[in-house]
Amino acid sequence: MPVSFSKASLENKYDVIIIGSGLGGLTSANRLAYCGYKVLLLEYHTQLGGLATWFKRKGHIFDVSLHGFPYGMVKTCKKYWNKEIMNSIVQLKKIVFDNPQFHLETTFDRLDFTEKLNKQFKIPASTIDAFFSRVAGMNFYDDQSMTTRELFEEFFPGRSDVHRLLMEPISYANGSTLDDPAITYGIVFSNFMNKGVFTFEGGTDKLIGMMTDELEKNGVTICTSAKVDRVVIDSGIVRGVEVQGKTIECGSVVSNSGITNTIYNLAGKDAFSDEFMAKADKIRVNNSSCQVYMGIKKEDKIDDIGDLLFTSTAPEFDSSELCDFTTRSKTFSVYYPKTRPGHDRYTIVASMNSNFADWDNLSEEEYKKEKQNLIDRALVDLDRYLPGAKEKMDWVEAATPKTFNRYTLHTQGTSFGTKFEGLDISRKIFKEVSGLFHVGSVGIIMSGWLGAINYGVIVSNDVDAYMRSIA
Amino acid sequence: MTRDAIKDLILEIIEDIDEDADFDTLESDKPLRDQLDLDSMDFLDIVMELRKRHKLQIPEEDYPELATLDSCVNYLDPLLKDA
Ligand SMILES: Cc1cc2nc3c(=O)[nH]c(=O)nc-3n(C[C@H](O)[C@H](O)[C@H](O)COP(=O)(O)OP(=O)(O)OC[C@H]3O[C@@H](n4cnc5c(N)ncnc54)[C@H](O)[C@@H]3O)c2cc1C
Repeated sequence: MPVSFSKASLENKYDVIIIGSGLGGLTSANRLAYCGYKVLLLEYHTQLGGLATWFKRKGHIFDVSLHGFPYGMVKTCKKYWNKEIMNSIVQLKKIVFDNPQFHLETTFDRLDFTEKLNKQFKIPASTIDAFFSRVAGMNFYDDQSMTTRELFEEFFPGRSDVHRLLMEPISYANGSTLDDPAITYGIVFSNFMNKGVFTFEGGTDKLIGMMTDELEKNGVTICTSAKVDRVVIDSGIVRGVEVQGKTIECGSVVSNSGITNTIYNLAGKDAFSDEFMAKADKIRVNNSSCQVYMGIKKEDKIDDIGDLLFTSTAPEFDSSELCDFTTRSKTFSVYYPKTRPGHDRYTIVASMNSNFADWDNLSEEEYKKEKQNLIDRALVDLDRYLPGAKEKMDWVEAATPKTFNRYTLHTQGTSFGTKFEGLDISRKIFKEVSGLFHVGSVGIIMSGWLGAINYGVIVSNDVDAYMRSIA
Repeated sequence: MTRDAIKDLILEIIEDIDEDADFDTLESDKPLRDQLDLDSMDFLDIVMELRKRHKLQIPEEDYPELATLDSCVNYLDPLLKDA
């Protein structure tokens, strides 16, 4: 069992210390333990998982970031975690779009999208095929000057309805907009189109529990309530970390704290060259989120209206409208008893993209009022799909960008890490400070559950190479 | 290590990554990626496994050398001579 830092009896030195237990940090810890290193994992919060989290209220369990991930998770979990984890991955078959431009239900894969684009949107099959081939062939090291907007205009000029179908889900998945590089769109979209949208049966709590068991089996020491204040660096080399006034030595540090936090707060900008800092100063973080969590009374049921609903009453798709304080666009994730077999409850989570600044400047009173308005808007919107559902609820609660910031310490409460430029900085940080690595949502493509886990593996490879080079 | 042993080593590592991999029809001069449904993460696994088992450090710029079974053997042969 993970122990609280103040109660832990730790050693003075570890091979590798991981700061943060998001999916990236957890995976790095697991891989490095597999490589034979003595690993210490330090998490600020009382619970592991970072944004892959859940909370319990009145018999309900609410999942925060379990709305769907690509099929690639199956292979990734099998290779880097274990088969039991892999076996809990199941498909979400009913994805719904509802907006003034179109209504449709889809399995969200290439086959079904091809059919919808052809029959409903009247796009010629050859254009659809060419589009899919183009995005499937995109690599992160390709030229990134083309934007997603330009990509869409090339294939579907003037078709704002098609742009909406293609972009809206991805904007919710990783905060990207039409102005981000087309390659980031292509890579993430193709991942989903491979086989559709998947989820973890048993819920986030089960997944993190299974990962914790695996880590302990592999000998990782885990401490919660352990906020790292500083990475100790001497002559350009990592020596350890400082937690609650105590220094723990190590050969490498893997920071799963946000990349901006890692540079400015944990290492301090003096640890880096001017050239590196000039680039780091330009890192833009992605938007944050608002969510409304709704729990249905134990004795009540709701109809099957789909697993994931992309809804909007805005006339057209617009990346900035999605982040508006009073956006008319939101997703509903509906969790039926099948989500947690045996638990048998219904919950609904409304998610919106949101900007930290809009919520940060409110007085305490305004903040409370706006949170209630947010809840009210979600209930009104949900009523279109589940009339009268409000009367069946025994719990409603909201989270804002401030909540995400408080919980993860991420700069501006970012839900999906950084824009594309963050990837290069994250990958190169160890070339500036020997033994300092970063893992976690960066560059749009390395975010989401799948992106964070795979990035955890990529960074572990760098750490292993470094550790062996100094051994 | 002989060239055949290196070949076996690579196949053994790939089998660990993907137990369903079908080696019977594998053509050693064609890209592994196309024949075995391997992605870039799988190649990273091969690099990590070679480091773990044989302390080999393969720099990122050399990853393309691992494209086919033949190129793997050619690249690893001098590095694993004494292994
Ligand atoms: C509302 C929302 C919905 C989402 N939905 C989905 C979805 O449906 N599908 C999907 O694939 N992805 C989704 N995501 C994205 C996904 O959850 C994240 O990309 C992923 O979980 C991030 O993992 P990470 O490794 O970057 O770490 P994070 O989850 O960001 O965790 C970082 C950890 O580091 C800890 N930490 C930070 N600083 C310190 C410190 N100084 N000392 C100790 N610990 C520290 C934090 O407490 C935290 O636990 C969603 C995100 C949000 C916010």
